[in-house]
Amino acid sequence: MEPAEIIQHSGGVIGASWLMIALPLLGAAILLLGGRRTDRFGHLLGVAMSVAAFVVAALAFFQLLGFAPGERRRGVSLYDLIPGITKIGLLVDPLSISFCLLITFVGSLIHIYSIGYMAHDPARRRFFAYLNLFVAAMLLLVLADNYLGLYVGWEGVGLASYLLIGFWQHKPSAATAAKKAFIVNRVGDFGLAIGIFTIFATFHSVSYAGVADGIAKGGSIPFTAIGLLLLLGACGKSAQLPLQSWLLDAMEGPTPVSALIHAATMVTAGVYLVVRSGPIFQATDTAQLVVTIVGVATLLAGAIIGTAKDDIKKALAGSTMSQIGYMMLAAGIGPAGYAFAIAHLITHGFFKADMFLGAGSVMHAMNDEVDMRKYGGLRKLMPITFVTFFIGYLAIIGFPLLSGYFTKDGIIETAVEHNAILGWLAVLGAGITGFYMSRLVFMTFFGKKRWEADAHPHESPAVMTWPLIILSVGAVVLGAFLVLGNRFMIFLAPAVGRPEELPSFAPFSPTGLVTLALVAVGAGFAWVRYGSAEVPAVAPRGSFLTTFARRDLYGDALNEALFMRPGQWLTRLAVFFDNRGIDGLVNSLAALIGGTSGRMRKVQTGFVRSYALSIFVGAAVLVGAWFVVGNL
Amino acid sequence: MNGNIPAPTIEYAQLAPMLVVFGAAIVGVLVEAFAPRYLRSAIHLPITLLSLAAAFGLTIWQVVKGVPTKAAAMGAVAVDGPSLFIWGTILVLAFVSVLLINDEDHFVAAAAAVPGSAEEEQALHAGAGHTEVYPLVLFAVGGMLLFPAANDLLVMFVALEVMSLPLYLLCGLARRRRLLSQEAAVKYFLLGAFSSAFFLYGTALLYGYAGSVDLAKISTALGAVGGQDTLLYVGAAMLGVGLLFKIGGAPFQAWKPDVYQGSPTPITALMASGTLVAAFGALLRVFWVALGGLDWDWSPVLWGVAILTMIVGAVLAITQTDIKRMLAYSSIAHGGFLLVGVVATGTAAQNSASLSAILFYLVAYGFTTVGAFAIVTMVRDAGGEAWHLSRWAGLGKRSPLLAGTFAFFLLAFAGIPLTSGFFGKYAVFQAAVSGGALPLVIVGVVTSAVAAFFYVRVIVLMFFSDPAADGPSVVLPSRGTALVVGVAALATVFLGVFPQPVLDLAQNAAHSLFVR
Repeated sequence: MEPAEIIQHSGGVIGASWLMIALPLLGAAILLLGGRRTDRFGHLLGVAMSVAAFVVAALAFFQLLGFAPGERRRGVSLYDLIPGITKIGLLVDPLSISFCLLITFVGSLIHIYSIGYMAHDPARRRFFAYLNLFVAAMLLLVLADNYLGLYVGWEGVGLASYLLIGFWQHKPSAATAAKKAFIVNRVGDFGLAIGIFTIFATFHSVSYAGVADGIAKGGSIPFTAIGLLLLLGACGKSAQLPLQSWLLDAMEGPTPVSALIHAATMVTAGVYLVVRSGPIFQATDTAQLVVTIVGVATLLAGAIIGTAKDDIKKALAGSTMSQIGYMMLAAGIGPAGYAFAIAHLITHGFFKADMFLGAGSVMHAMNDEVDMRKYGGLRKLMPITFVTFFIGYLAIIGFPLLSGYFTKDGIIETAVEHNAILGWLAVLGAGITGFYMSRLVFMTFFGKKRWEADAHPHESPAVMTWPLIILSVGAVVLGAFLVLGNRFMIFLAPAVGRPEELPSFAPFSPTGLVTLALVAVGAGFAWVRYGSAEVPAVAPRGSFLTTFARRDLYGDALNEALFMRPGQWLTRLAVFFDNRGIDGLVNSLAALIGGTSGRMRKVQTGFVRSYALSIFVGAAVLVGAWFVVGNL
Repeated sequence: MNGNIPAPTIEYAQLAPMLVVFGAAIVGVLVEAFAPRYLRSAIHLPITLLSLAAAFGLTIWQVVKGVPTKAAAMGAVAVDGPSLFIWGTILVLAFVSVLLINDEDHFVAAAAAVPGSAEEEQALHAGAGHTEVYPLVLFAVGGMLLFPAANDLLVMFVALEVMSLPLYLLCGLARRRRLLSQEAAVKYFLLGAFSSAFFLYGTALLYGYAGSVDLAKISTALGAVGGQDTLLYVGAAMLGVGLLFKIGGAPFQAWKPDVYQGSPTPITALMASGTLVAAFGALLRVFWVALGGLDWDWSPVLWGVAILTMIVGAVLAITQTDIKRMLAYSSIAHGGFLLVGVVATGTAAQNSASLSAILFYLVAYGFTTVGAFAIVTMVRDAGGEAWHLSRWAGLGKRSPLLAGTFAFFLLAFAGIPLTSGFFGKYAVFQAAVSGGALPLVIVGVVTSAVAAFFYVRVIVLMFFSDPAADGPSVVLPSRGTALVVGVAALATVFLGVFPQPVLDLAQNAAHSLFVR
């Protein structure tokens, strides 16, 4: 089934959907421009703006439900940026509204949580300003009805991410991590920019509708080139191989940021881009194959990295990479996979945010300690954190009837049907997930205490635990709600299309059983190693494989050898040429203009008589010229 | 012919905006004559602002009521779409300039006193001031309104003088650096008189050619009269000299840097925005209405002038070390960019596209330039405003907000996207390309690049140089100045991000072109 036509819409909440972007943006502007005067209420304003955006999103959602399914793509045109070329407008359809609800709902919860988490930080107002900025940019990214608006949002979330990773910029590690994220994303964003240029050159439009029209018209269209360029952008933003290296370092940011930006929303923008560009990807098998390969490679790499990390946030970051790999895999399959990709994206947004915030709650209790080897036995002291975290854990490993079970299993089943090799690799990934997530839970909440002497763990305040509870409820029920009866696939169909034949959910398919068995083996192995056995307080040396995983699969070393050193040589070479060749040319040109300017200046003597003379001569020349031209 | 002179019919409603401004100016003169000294300033300001606001309201009312399609006052004044758009622009720009004029003690205590004399000292101590500034500004603004609307060369000449004479005076009234200010006034007056003579001589020759000073009649005479081409060419060229002088087209630009530098900065802001807008309106009307049938002749000449103006403005600005002179050269270069739009004529659709582009450009440039000069008034040291660029070094470290706003204005001058300057340039160059003036556009883009250099150089200076030890301080802006800077910055952002409403307005205004 093909996506539906876009219907122009005005009035109602959908007509006012720009408010979703404007409100948080206003919040950010007030907090950043207002300065210290807004310190007192800054966090409350930030929360209010985010909640207001959620309310608008929810109302728009209900208004959208009121239309027949075929009429649920509503275009809201705002204004012509460059008349005849670029219209700026929004597109409210099932895909974008799903994202809006996720971003504003999880975003609001994380705003609320941050009130408690950042309570003692002197720069709390600035933190909320950046969070608001992020929400606005992310909503622009998903709501824009064209690639240009998407790009502006894309850069906006990149900026917010940079600012928030480096929020504690007094720490050199945070400053470096922010820079790293920015530079790696530059590579991806450059790909996206060239991709958009190519789209414009091909279709003479950057709007989704214009692209769809152009494809319908046919002709020679460089689908594969556009698809691969867009994928490069997606890889940068979603930390997929080969641009994954920044995400682990990004954990230097405050934990709510890791939960919101680097787990639940921003890093999934790449998946959104691939799904939104479905008409382009579906026309090119090559690009689709590359998407699925990137997805599988990343889901395995992320899982392997997750097995060896002792830093709780980095282990979770590895897991995020891995889960986005699953989404990417599904997004590469086409209409059969889109619904599962987005459904997993939404459930993942809930359970991963839940676990990140849980990790934040643990860190809050343990003097910001992140080393899991110094945790242990926390389940009794932090019951709410433990229970909510445990629910998130069960959801991510795919424990039957919880969210991950439905959405991840959907991806795996679809992938096995699509391409057996990739599918079974995804099953293997699920097994590793069972291992590393169990390891994380056992090391943190079970076993003996291995705390530092000055640690006094305690349960977090209510403002932090309530978001955890709400998120964990989502982690329990959302998967079943979305997947059973193909509810989400049917809802999304007007926006992204769907396969002719709806899949049927089989609770005990062979693939599902093998997956469950592998997960059980992984969890059991983790229990033997980290649950029942002593966990050494200092990490043992480990085998070659452990080191391999601990060093992020030598990703940084690879980048250093392949890009940084040759890059440094290249810059030296470029500087040499720049100084000798280009600067020589530019400088002599500048000197020429400057010299001309200096000489011409002398005409400006300051004597009114010479000015009058110049007017007189000018007038004579003008009259003469007129004569010459007139008599031609 | 029994000696009776028929009473002319005057459409007072159409002329109301001008009449309000002139009336308020005359009331201002009466205030000068009868009100006690200590009350004058308090009376002048509300009168001035209210009359400008009322005139603006009347202009809007005319637009709402329907734009007249026939010239008013027996064909002497054409209140048409472009006129009304230009009026609105001038009135808003004049309103903000008056806020700037009112703001600080920019004006001399006793203009007649010899600079540095005991008499001047005394006047300063007595707290004297020249409140005549307000009626003078109103007269100048009235002239600016009449100048682009004049449909008759003699009315246009009168308007030119009504606009210019008060400005000559105002130029000489700076409180500090009085010699420079007086020199500027004298230079402006002498050269202005010189160019007015050209204008008047051109008018006379054209009258000799066409037998009328009415623009429409000159236009119809173009094809009908034979064998008088000398009169026509010389007359048209001389008229052109007078008009090009006012917009500072090369080689008639020499006065601009000296006058802009010497004048009190708020007056410079008024001249750089209002006068430029008015002069372009008049230039367009003369060349498109009266000489429209002759565009094959004048367009190559204006091509030359435009190219020379852009090059002179951009290249000479590079070596300037004085912020006001730099802005003056920048204004010359922008005049050149606007001339690119003037020569892009052709079909009616093309003309209306060019005209709307020029109108938009004028609005965009007017606001940015008032904002930039407003900021110049705020950067001061012991000797008054600090004009030398070296004094601006490191300003970004000391007053980041002010320096940031100024940098933003400079980027708008340079035409960076998301500022009003970008869309102004884009619209004019696009119209010029479709009007077949591609070589001009290429020159325009290259000179824009040269111009970007000196704009960015100031930004680099403000943000990446170490501040001078005894550098100027930024005075805390009064409400008026802060308002002016805020309005200008908002307009620059708004027109850069959301240009459509004003583009639409300009398109509507330009749609019917000039009435004849």
